[in-house]
Amino acid sequence: MASGIRDKVAILGMGCARFGERWDADAANLMVEAFEEALGDAGVDVAQIGAAWLAVGFDTANVGPSGIPLSVALRLPNIPVTKVENFCASGTEAFRGAVYAVASGACDIALAMGVEKLKDTGYGGLPVRSRGPYIDNIGVVGSAPGGFAQIASAYREKFRIAPQELKRALAHISVKSHANGAKNPKAHLRKPITEEQVLNAPMIAEPLGLFDCCGVSDGAACAIVTTPEIARLLGKTDLVTVKALQLAVSNGWESQGVGWDGSYFHTTRVAAARAYNEAGVTNPRLEISLMEVHDCFSITELVTMEDLGVSADGQAVRDVMDGVFDADGAIPCQIDGGLKCFGHPIGASGIRMIYENYLQLLGRAGERQRKTPPVMGLSHNLGGHPNQNVAAIAIVGLQGA
Amino acid sequence: MVGIVSLGAYVPRLRLQRAAVVEAVAWFNAGLKVLGKGERAMAGWDEDTITMALEAARDCLAAGDRSRVAKVVLASTSLPFADRQNAGVVKEALNLRDDVAAQDATGSMRAGTSALLDALYAARGGAGEILCLASEQRRARPASEAELMNGDAAAALLVGTEGLIAEFLGGHSVTVDFVDHFRASDRIYDYAWESRWIRDEGYGKIAPAAVNAALAKFGLTAADVDRFVLASPMRGVNAQVAKACGIAAGAVQDDLGTRMGDAGCAQPLLLLAHALADAKPGERIVLVGFGQGCDVLVFQATDAVTAPSERLGVKGWLARRKPESNYVKHLFFGGALALDGGMRAEADQKTALTTLYRNRKTVLGLVGGRCTKTGTVQFPKSEISVAQNVRMIDTQEDYPLADRLARIVTYTADSLAYTPDPPGYYGTVEFEGGGRLLTEFTDVEADAVSVGQPMRMMFRIKAIDEQRGFKRYFWKAVPDYRASTIKPEGEQRGERHQR
Repeated sequence: MASGIRDKVAILGMGCARFGERWDADAANLMVEAFEEALGDAGVDVAQIGAAWLAVGFDTANVGPSGIPLSVALRLPNIPVTKVENFCASGTEAFRGAVYAVASGACDIALAMGVEKLKDTGYGGLPVRSRGPYIDNIGVVGSAPGGFAQIASAYREKFRIAPQELKRALAHISVKSHANGAKNPKAHLRKPITEEQVLNAPMIAEPLGLFDCCGVSDGAACAIVTTPEIARLLGKTDLVTVKALQLAVSNGWESQGVGWDGSYFHTTRVAAARAYNEAGVTNPRLEISLMEVHDCFSITELVTMEDLGVSADGQAVRDVMDGVFDADGAIPCQIDGGLKCFGHPIGASGIRMIYENYLQLLGRAGERQRKTPPVMGLSHNLGGHPNQNVAAIAIVGLQGA
Repeated sequence: MVGIVSLGAYVPRLRLQRAAVVEAVAWFNAGLKVLGKGERAMAGWDEDTITMALEAARDCLAAGDRSRVAKVVLASTSLPFADRQNAGVVKEALNLRDDVAAQDATGSMRAGTSALLDALYAARGGAGEILCLASEQRRARPASEAELMNGDAAAALLVGTEGLIAEFLGGHSVTVDFVDHFRASDRIYDYAWESRWIRDEGYGKIAPAAVNAALAKFGLTAADVDRFVLASPMRGVNAQVAKACGIAAGAVQDDLGTRMGDAGCAQPLLLLAHALADAKPGERIVLVGFGQGCDVLVFQATDAVTAPSERLGVKGWLARRKPESNYVKHLFFGGALALDGGMRAEADQKTALTTLYRNRKTVLGLVGGRCTKTGTVQFPKSEISVAQNVRMIDTQEDYPLADRLARIVTYTADSLAYTPDPPGYYGTVEFEGGGRLLTEFTDVEADAVSVGQPMRMMFRIKAIDEQRGFKRYFWKAVPDYRASTIKPEGEQRGERHQR
């Protein structure tokens, strides 16, 4: 019987490039920037890394195929490098590969790198791409905001929420993330905004306006992981360990089957239940210190509060308006600015979330450091569209927590 | 006995206001001012002669038994494919059996009536029921008379030997190379000669002679004609020809020019469908098709002509309308003007023909699957059922979804993704009886979309592969036109008949 990943793997070091419109940098530069920080943090030599995982979401728009771009950029000593792609959950997926490799005993130290160079397309938003020759015939070639905006239509209907009321709660989410991002020197968007700005912004996909959408950024983030024993041998004292690492992938039920009402993320609920079980969490609202969720759009963050069980169904609007998820609230969400303001370089995002939780747990988050010392951080990484997607949840915490 | 078994029509929802065209182009061609009255039917960006023909066919077949259709004929001078059987695409979209014949008929404004004549002769000879379709979306040079007078529409007539609403009394054809206008194979636009000559020497001489010959051939006189149907882009030509033949002015049927324009070779069939919708049992109808000669078809309505039906017909589709005064939109949709769609419009729309062939029922027919064990309906069909609590493999049978009512589960209006008609509406719809689909919406009004709203499926252009000249078709959801105030014309007939 599998016993789960809890406390079997520790984070040895992490790094994150400055996110943003990095006109100055190629994907390789971004990877080196994140890696040098992580390597310094870990206090190991490149030669000690036994295997690596590379996450990229839109490889044709930047690094191209295979694990070679990582191996070349970092001049890795011909170790195994696996490239993974799982939509926007790719970063957590790479982290999972590295963590599982260490947990299996196949290698002592492993690397997870996520990178995305999105600003070489020539236009705003995510690159347009094929879903394959079959789906292209019958699927909708919409935009990402269009995909997620649909959640709002069903959520309003289900809980009988007036459009203006939901729009205000969504605005609160974006205002909060901008306030948080302003304190983060590596964030893409660092200007505080007002509710009026959000409400009056141009419509992108009804009801999501410009400020309901996250930044499309260049960036890279990486993690070097090992076993708690090796970490201690290497001189680490305050250990952040992996408590849970779960992935739930749609099997077509939401999009083709009977019963999904379009107002929530089925996979997030499945992954959350498994992750809480793996981490031994029984009441997430009380036990999770802070959250980094996949706020690609404000509506995603709102319904994710319910999908993660920190808000009761239909109560996320009230919790948001009550400030529960603000930086000084009961359970901060996106204390680093989130995808919204830290930015969303697809492949890097899952690892960036873990990076923030790691810094917060170690008290190294600078100006944005949570006052109440956190013990457990949850990150939620979601890829695809509401009706068919990949949900990933990582819970990291202080060893012993 | 051979004749018309049922009829159908389709007129796109947009109606370009001629006044808007005149306002835009009269500075250049002041002569067009006299043509500024009324409106013309204008296909949406995602409609063409295949999609319009398909809608007319669905209107015609309605609740009828499609398995009796032995052949599909599509007449048009504006087909999307020069070499790929256009009627074959309609056949797939109708989800007809593979052992059905299909044929495109083209080359002249007479293509519609000639195809109908051939269908009638073939059915008389035992060919089975033939679905005769005619559809037009003719392009016209901006600021031309044709731009104002053309209209986009389609008509459908099911020809057979049983259950006739109109009996075919006979036909007569003459062929004369009278070139009133032409379009070379490699050209987009027509080149037309002087209209006075066309009216006097063409319609004025060729048509009356043909009509008189036809009447004589079947032992009829002008007085026996209750309804005279002749389509022409030139106003008053139908009355002029009727007069020349001695046919009463009251028998001349409205050519619908002011309400929808002239849909080329489809217009005679559409007008016949329109005439039959009002015809009383026993009435004789003369249909004239003009173009490098003349086809004359004589019908007599049967008692069944007044029977109620589900079709919207010409009246119903004409009533489903949205006035359009945006001339630039008309130019853009018609391909006369290229607008900058931005880089998102550059996405490669290449279609894998192998994939399309394997999945043609799914893609073109909107055929899903139903599990014979659990009854679960799903789209698309798959080897392993989507049902979550049982594992069923290879238990699904074909389950057509195209004619089922659906309701909106989720939706958005997307201003970011490229579409020729922004914002792009799409969302998940759930079919009555099961099955759901994330699909594009079309023919929707801004701010009039809501969760739970009833929708119907329409076969439309999904994407155009500009690089290779291919068109990708799929099914989109449109607001339930039957739920609105528009009544099926057959139903109206039925009510009136009952009184």
